[in-house]
Amino acid sequence: MRDRIEGRVWTLGKDVDTDQIISGKYLTIIDPNELKKHVFEIALPEFARAARAGDIVVADENLGCGSSREHAPQALRALGIGAVVADSFARIFYRNCINLGIPAIEVRGARALFEAGDTARIEMARGTVTNLRTGAHLAFPPLPTHLLELLEVGGLVEKTRTELARGRRPG
Amino acid sequence: MNGGTGGGLTLAEKILARAAGLEAVVPGQIVDGRVDLAMMHEQGAQTVGPFHEMGAERVWDPDRVVIAIDHWVPASTEGAAVLHQILRKFAREQHLPHFYDVGRHGICHQILAEDGWVVPGDLAVGTDSHTNMLGAMGAVAAGIGPTEMAAVLALGKIWLKVPPTIRVHVTGRLGPGVTAKDLVLKVLGEIRTTGATYKAVEFSGPTIAALPMTDRFTVCNMTTEMGAKCGMIGADSVTTEYLRPIAKHAMHPAAADADARYERTVEVDVDGMPPMVACPYSPDNVRPLPEVVGEHVRVDQVFLGSCTNARIEDLREGARILKGQKVHAGVRYIVSPASTKIYQQALKEGLIEVFTEAGAVFTNSSCSACFGGNMGILAPDETCASSSNRNFPGRMGAKEARIYLMSPAATAATAIRGEITDPREYL
Ligand code: SF4
Repeated sequence: MRDRIEGRVWTLGKDVDTDQIISGKYLTIIDPNELKKHVFEIALPEFARAARAGDIVVADENLGCGSSREHAPQALRALGIGAVVADSFARIFYRNCINLGIPAIEVRGARALFEAGDTARIEMARGTVTNLRTGAHLAFPPLPTHLLELLEVGGLVEKTRTELARGRRPG
Repeated sequence: MNGGTGGGLTLAEKILARAAGLEAVVPGQIVDGRVDLAMMHEQGAQTVGPFHEMGAERVWDPDRVVIAIDHWVPASTEGAAVLHQILRKFAREQHLPHFYDVGRHGICHQILAEDGWVVPGDLAVGTDSHTNMLGAMGAVAAGIGPTEMAAVLALGKIWLKVPPTIRVHVTGRLGPGVTAKDLVLKVLGEIRTTGATYKAVEFSGPTIAALPMTDRFTVCNMTTEMGAKCGMIGADSVTTEYLRPIAKHAMHPAAADADARYERTVEVDVDGMPPMVACPYSPDNVRPLPEVVGEHVRVDQVFLGSCTNARIEDLREGARILKGQKVHAGVRYIVSPASTKIYQQALKEGLIEVFTEAGAVFTNSSCSACFGGNMGILAPDETCASSSNRNFPGRMGAKEARIYLMSPAATAATAIRGEITDPREYL
């Protein structure tokens, strides 16, 4: 994970639940490259087609409420989304993002800071989100070390692999 | 004991401290908790990939892993068949003995509840957001994603941020025809869908103490709709008596300290409270049912099912109202028991006969119409009355379809009249 993340902004409203992110009818799909064609189909229909690697999603309150499905963050990772910023997250969605190595930044007022198509800059260590078009910015408390480490190594799979390998080393 | 924090511990803090092997914990602290029980349903198929990518070879403790398929049972699409196949293969390779396959299947949370898989003091995790339901055992039970589950299967532990606790103190007596579902809808109307995000919700008070386990499951189940990490009721004699014949491992009942520090306390008095209903399109859009009755809301489908309300007591309640009546001509009444055992019990008690004689369809035990991906799917301009837990846009099919959440009794009354009806008219 880079300390400075920059990208084009997509905006979402509040209470975008997991049914609106990946509809129930796609839940039997496992391949992230297939899932990414359907992400945000209800909430933001043009996203799946037009999103580019490095883009940043900015949402209002309670992003990802609803089920525990990981399809949504998997699709976002397959698209190469650089970060997800929201006024607030639902907890399982937040954990799923971090565990998959997607920076998830919670900052009150984030949605109001941006319009679709703006460029956002996130500085992880300083804890700031800036709209490069308007210059407006907001501060967020830097993530706990534990979560930064998870993002640093690329997610929970990588972290657990290291932990298991360490456990297996003789001596 | 103050645990060195200068204040007592809430129930969630007590249990997480034990899981982390610490004397005490404080909200905001990140701990590694030892997991007592890990549950997977179909979504667990997505756990297998990351499990192998992690380089994991063996599941940490096969006796503490339960797999219960429930969303598409028996498989209704090729995709679902593949998910089931992945899980069966994984269970075989890893020698996981507790696989509830087709024929002994049921909704995953109900399986954990009726076979005693979660006991007081446990830290339980499942790949489903309503794992919160098992907090009714006096445990911390939380939903997690499949990658996270892969790490749990590999290591037997999970990182958790200790949540602050909201206490919900309930007093008063539920009137005739007013149920635990109405109680939790009322609470949800107060706390709202984001009010408990990242938090624990601990229920207390004389009304809660008087509830049987089935109602406690209903209450804890819907803390998910409050955004909560977990919802819980401290174990008492009701809990331990329920569990004694079925508990799969040792109980470690814990209680909140008298001087526990709560983020806030919500007081709810249910004396004189009418039945409640959550209107489209959010489970916190809660109104007194009699108010909605006045609006003559016609329904196309009625669903008595889901992990929230499809236990034998719920089916009895529906059947009692439906007996000798007919389902309204314009209505499809879908009744789906939460588990195979409940199905068998309903058969023995003659409930299936009551439902089907009245013109309802009685399905096998599964999530059924609850999630809009298997059966009982709604068309765009349809309205459904349901005993389940979510009514966000698109939950049961078309995103325009309207869902009203209510008690099992209210679904039966509504199915008879063809419009939203107060069950107290059938007392
Ligand atoms: S019954 Fe509904 S809420 Fe419960 S586990 Fe199944 S889909 Fe989820």
